[in-house]
Amino acid sequence: MQWDWQFTVEILPRMLWATVNTLMAAGIGYAIAAVLGLIFAMAQRTRFRSLTVTVREVVEFLRSTPLVLQIFFVYYVGPEYGVSLSPWVAGMIAIGLHYAAYLSEVYRGGIESVSKGQWEACTAINLSPAQAYRRIILPQALPPSVAGMGNYLISIFKDTPMLSVIGVAELMQAANAIGGQNYRYLEPYTIVGLVFLIISLFSAALIRSFENWIRRKLGMY
Amino acid sequence: MQDLSSYPLELTGPDVPMVRFMNVRKTYGDFVVLDDLNLDVAAGEMVTVIGPSGSGKTTVLRMLMTLETINGGVIYVDGKPLTHMPKNGVLVPADAKYLRKARSSIGMCFQHFNLFPHMTALENCMEGPVQVLGLSKKEARERAEELLSMVGMIEKKDQHPARLSGGQQQRVAIARALAMRPKVMLFDEVTSALDPEVIGEVTNVIKDLVTKHNLTMLMVTHQMGFARDISDRICFFFGGKIEEQNTPEELFTNPQKERTQQFLSAVKAAD
Ligand SMILES: Nc1ncnc2c1ncn2[C@@H]1O[C@H](COP(=O)(O)OP(=O)(O)OP(=O)(O)O)[C@@H](O)[C@H]1O
Ligand SMILES: [Mg+2]
Repeated sequence: MQWDWQFTVEILPRMLWATVNTLMAAGIGYAIAAVLGLIFAMAQRTRFRSLTVTVREVVEFLRSTPLVLQIFFVYYVGPEYGVSLSPWVAGMIAIGLHYAAYLSEVYRGGIESVSKGQWEACTAINLSPAQAYRRIILPQALPPSVAGMGNYLISIFKDTPMLSVIGVAELMQAANAIGGQNYRYLEPYTIVGLVFLIISLFSAALIRSFENWIRRKLGMY
Repeated sequence: MQDLSSYPLELTGPDVPMVRFMNVRKTYGDFVVLDDLNLDVAAGEMVTVIGPSGSGKTTVLRMLMTLETINGGVIYVDGKPLTHMPKNGVLVPADAKYLRKARSSIGMCFQHFNLFPHMTALENCMEGPVQVLGLSKKEARERAEELLSMVGMIEKKDQHPARLSGGQQQRVAIARALAMRPKVMLFDEVTSALDPEVIGEVTNVIKDLVTKHNLTMLMVTHQMGFARDISDRICFFFGGKIEEQNTPEELFTNPQKERTQQFLSAVKAAD
């Protein structure tokens, strides 16, 4: 089979559109995961033992079961309990929850890397716990978390093809559809691979410079 | 639960101390760190705590800063209970809200400075006044600059802690604590982590505070010369108890207890 440039050009607009969807899925999924992950991490640091244990178990569960199962679960089991969600909504919930579990561990590591002395200094100038978190602890927890957060950003992006199983119109789904209609898979799959490669490399570089920037900005060398 | 009914809800009378430890007990599990501590510090007084490692010196300061809870007795600050709060006419352990108000008259400097590394010297000193005291940025900046000048750090006000020497960081930490206008200042071995040649720049700042300001101070140090110079009273701790306390002259030249004598000669030999 020979590479067909004309076919490539023909399918390019559709692939481009699918790339936008993929980026959107990764972006929305990551935004959900980033916020929910912080909530998971903080919930494990409260005085309430039962809350800590429950959240721990949930995080453990989400990390130990396959993402694709979680996607199926939300999409197909939901309706049996009267919760019918569109593929997009179900997919975003599943991927957001899954990565929230991973990100909560990154945050926890970052928060725990801040020394006890910082908390004591917060008490000594009488900051409230919320002020201490917001002004002192979380800003210092950020630089050591950036690398891990970046890794999961790339992971989530690479996991978006799993959304094709419930019919979210992202890159993989588009490539499959184009391939099926035209009996040509070489071009669409190659384009998918290239798009992933380019965006992953670009993101990795971006994350590295963000990490350096944030360290400099926070005066931590 | 201990019976707290015999403890006054408030100290009254002509000479209420700025700080009073009343039958204070501190344990970690079965290990008794401080047993039945009674110690008064008068307003404006400079009291230095000395003693061997593990005798409970740091614990005394940390309890006063409310970094540790106590297991018995009551601590009063400025006549009001610190570790407890009045409820239905008796004292009960203080809740977070009460503690937050009660500790506002206390400031502390630590052995390892604990400056906020992501903030400049100036920002370190403005943080508490802006966030906690509700000062405007402008007021807080003026106050911080005044204090940084006092500790000789105004030229470095825009530097982050990573760019400052230990002595400089400790001076900023002192300014940060003072910016909260505490009535009581606690110093826990503030020169122990410093190179010998910069110890003087920190002790001079503290000496200045003693002579020019009417602060009540409680200090832990291993520098006997410094303690002798500036303290009104020295407390020698041993095994979680005050073994002996006296004016610096008396305690250093004429210690009464054998353990004090042993400790002082051991320290002298090490110097
Ligand atoms: N969190 C803790 N858990 C258990 N034991 C502790 C804890 N903190 C302190 N201790 C113990 O309490 C005792 C008193 O400690 P403290 O730090 O007050 O001593 P110190 O007089 O300041 O000693 P140093 O001169 O070494 O600083 C020590 O025996 C110490 O091991
Ligand atoms: Mg100590």
